[in-house]
Amino acid sequence: MKNPFDNLDKLLEHKARLQIISILAANESFDFNSIKELLSLSDGSLATHIKALEREKYISVTKTFVDRKPNTKFKATERGRTAFKKHLDAMEELIRQQKK
Amino acid sequence: MKQSQAYQKDLESIRNLMERSVKFISLSGLSGIMAGIYAIIGASIAYYLLHYPVSPFDYRIYSIDTPAILMQLILVAALVLASSILTGLWLSYRKAKKARVKMWDATSKRLFVNLSIPLITGGIFVLILLGNGHYGIAAPTCLIFYGLALINASPNLYEEIRYLGYMEIALGLVSAAIPGYGLLFWTIGFGLLHIVYGTFMYKRYDS
Repeated sequence: MKNPFDNLDKLLEHKARLQIISILAANESFDFNSIKELLSLSDGSLATHIKALEREKYISVTKTFVDRKPNTKFKATERGRTAFKKHLDAMEELIRQQKK
Repeated sequence: MKQSQAYQKDLESIRNLMERSVKFISLSGLSGIMAGIYAIIGASIAYYLLHYPVSPFDYRIYSIDTPAILMQLILVAALVLASSILTGLWLSYRKAKKARVKMWDATSKRLFVNLSIPLITGGIFVLILLGNGHYGIAAPTCLIFYGLALINASPNLYEEIRYLGYMEIALGLVSAAIPGYGLLFWTIGFGLLHIVYGTFMYKRYDS
């Protein structure tokens, strides 16, 4: 039988990154500061996680200016949503197996 | 290797986060109850301005006849709207503060936009109706657009709000078909339904 651990997404095993993608999966888009407030993360640590997710093309970034202040918005890509769903399924599978 | 409890906790936190990022949970059921009470007070004033001493349940064929009465009615409606919004904001602010969350965030902004589009459209439409002398269908139009606004905003609020929206629309349509009873239907839709629904929501989510 296939080990469900193989289905876990390495990138999403980290809690903060899993939380970021879950916010983006539930919403059309979300901006940097709102994610920061919701997760109580520091600028630096959120930026690192965002970069990691962006590198894997799990999220897309649009930069605009609102009142001359930069406003960065993030969206989950199709690839990101699929990965998120697969990761959730794997987590559920693991819970089911360990319950037996 | 993580244990299943750890995964369970992760899943729970995700579910919670997804809900919190979409829904504005600081709205209190009390706001609904208060809005209902204001609406009933406003409707009683309107009744005295318009129909007294004819019973509110009697059919009537006369309508608003002077611009002065129309202005008074618009003023009463504006006061009801303003006090409902202010009370809603104040109660939400209190609830948000208690839960240590920010009231004005990405979620409440989205809720605001989703509510505003049908409400402002409806508001302008009602003013156009009044300006052209179509007094009879102004109240039903308020109910219908308000119902549409609630349905449009329900993903960012509690899901149950959607059913309040359906009821407001149904009430508005019935009211449009039975002219002459606008004020009565308006009182049921904005007064009674708000109080009943607010009480239900308050019991379910605030206590």
